[in-house]
Amino acid sequence: MSELLELFLARYIYLFVLGLLAIGLYAVLAKTDLVKKVIGLTIFSTAIYLFFIEGSLQEGGTAPVIDERGSDPALYVDPLPHLLILTAIVVGVGVVGVALALLVRLYRTHGSLDEEVIAARLAGREPHGGSAGPATTGEGDGRADEDAGDGTESGR
Amino acid sequence: MSQLPILPLLPLLFGSILAVLAGLWRARAAQVVAVVATALALAAALTGLVTVTASEPLHYELGGWPPPVGIEYVLDPLSAFMASIVALIGLLIVIYPVEAAFDLRPGRGVPVYPLALLLLTGLMGVMLSGDLFHLFVFLEIYAISTYGLVSLGGDRATFAALRYLLLGTIGSGLYLLGVGFLYFSTGTLNMAHMAELLPAIADSPTVLGAMALMVIGLALKMALFPLHVWLPDAHSYSPPGVAALLAAVQVKAGAYALVRILFDVYGPAYTGIDGVPVSAALTWFGLAGIVVGSVMAIRQTDIKRLLAYSTVAQLGYIGLGIGLATPLALVGALLHVLNHAMMKSGLFLVAGGIIQRTGLKSIPRFSGLGKRMPWTMAGFAIAALSMVGIPPLAGFWSKFYLVWATIDLGNWVAALIVVSSSLLTMVYFLKLFEQIFVREPTEEVVATAIEPSGRVVGTVGVLASAIVLIGVFNAVIVRQVLGPIAERMLG
Repeated sequence: MSELLELFLARYIYLFVLGLLAIGLYAVLAKTDLVKKVIGLTIFSTAIYLFFIEGSLQEGGTAPVIDERGSDPALYVDPLPHLLILTAIVVGVGVVGVALALLVRLYRTHGSLDEEVIAARLAGREPHGGSAGPATTGEGDGRADEDAGDGTESGR
Repeated sequence: MSQLPILPLLPLLFGSILAVLAGLWRARAAQVVAVVATALALAAALTGLVTVTASEPLHYELGGWPPPVGIEYVLDPLSAFMASIVALIGLLIVIYPVEAAFDLRPGRGVPVYPLALLLLTGLMGVMLSGDLFHLFVFLEIYAISTYGLVSLGGDRATFAALRYLLLGTIGSGLYLLGVGFLYFSTGTLNMAHMAELLPAIADSPTVLGAMALMVIGLALKMALFPLHVWLPDAHSYSPPGVAALLAAVQVKAGAYALVRILFDVYGPAYTGIDGVPVSAALTWFGLAGIVVGSVMAIRQTDIKRLLAYSTVAQLGYIGLGIGLATPLALVGALLHVLNHAMMKSGLFLVAGGIIQRTGLKSIPRFSGLGKRMPWTMAGFAIAALSMVGIPPLAGFWSKFYLVWATIDLGNWVAALIVVSSSLLTMVYFLKLFEQIFVREPTEEVVATAIEPSGRVVGTVGVLASAIVLIGVFNAVIVRQVLGPIAERMLG
């Protein structure tokens, strides 16, 4: 029992990581609100960042500046994962930025951020050319489009 | 030490920046920059291919830091082969007229060429990187530019792009987690160095877990069934040129990374383990993807959607080849990467030409197009017949090697599925053939349609002749390039 407890105390951060991964994945897959999905994505990536940072931890270690204490690796925190995560955060910011830009465009067109509402509107418009809603105002740019939704870009 | 491993990447990277500036000045100038950049990249990639098939792989140390500390670019026959495909398809897509490729009139001021070049940069980086984390960064670079390009297709495409973004980021997140697992068990990120360290700890659950995470993440990127759900929407709603780029080379980057990591980094640990049934999973999900993709394609009436589901099926072949993990199967899978790049980009470019001239997307309304656009439709016929697997054409040979590999292994179910999937492919292309070549025009727009512009016919013609040439000379490609690759990885 005490062994288990020791293992838990040494590794409990990984349980948090696992929990965050699960929460993030759940939000991305199960929520219908697109903003909540993006938030879930951020939680998911944050869990990965946390995993890397926790993995690099060295009990009693300090910043990797070699000084009079010598160059024993046990004295220093592994700097590489920090570096990787810095890069990964930058990449993640880029992804979230693109996601938000797409969200803004969807919201301007549909007036909603609910996945089901948008999907239903897109599907409902499919059989007959452009009857529903303000989204279709941009059609008729002279091309012989047979499908609704193909020319929507041109009006804005 | 040679500079060659990084040379295919640089023109694309700088080209994408230059294309932004050129696009501010004149919309046409951006296209010129893109053509020059991809042509330079193609030249570098082909030079690399010729150089490394004759000699040892080349290494380039980025910033002068030697591996395993620094980031390394590696040009070996496999990466040179893939880089050449990326550059060739990229060149054809940027030559293809912008109105047809991106549904845009010139002068709209949308930075399509910078985005397309950035996409190619990311793909090229994936092919050339010798570092697991560096590969992740390039995965994200190409993914981010893909989301932008897909959203150009209008309202539905924006929605498809957002869905793809959510799943794609989960995919690369899982890959990154796998890289973390491997880093904490080996202390290195360099692929070659890790390949040396892994066999000693191949049984550890961390290493096997890392393999599972990376395979799931990359299969999501590659759209291997059942993780293909994002693909049909993203490919069918995006503009034709983007769809061609995505289907031909973008999804292959995931396949390449899978091959590289499973065969090169894990090596014997992948083919020899019994703990995690990765190879069986890839085989059976590949087969399921072939069947599901083909059946779904038969049910489609929208040409681009049909092609998108057909991509799901064709990626199944590649997954199958990776899963079977014999030299013959790997040759089949890699040859299919090349063949599918040629066939599917050709088909999407034909679809782009049709949409540009007539605005039609629905197959039942295509009747009589063959009489109005004979050259374009001849290219279409060659690509489609190759897709079905008619012998002298390229598509036959990759299926041939895969069937041979399954028979070699005694896996009769797989052999049966691969052979019968040709029939399924024939069903959905026959439907198109009947409309295009047999019937008389019924639509006004078809009856007055004219052949698409010379550049459309030209690019389709190049791809069609490439399909014929690859088919005729496939023995040369297999003997000179793919055979040695498979031998080195699995021999």
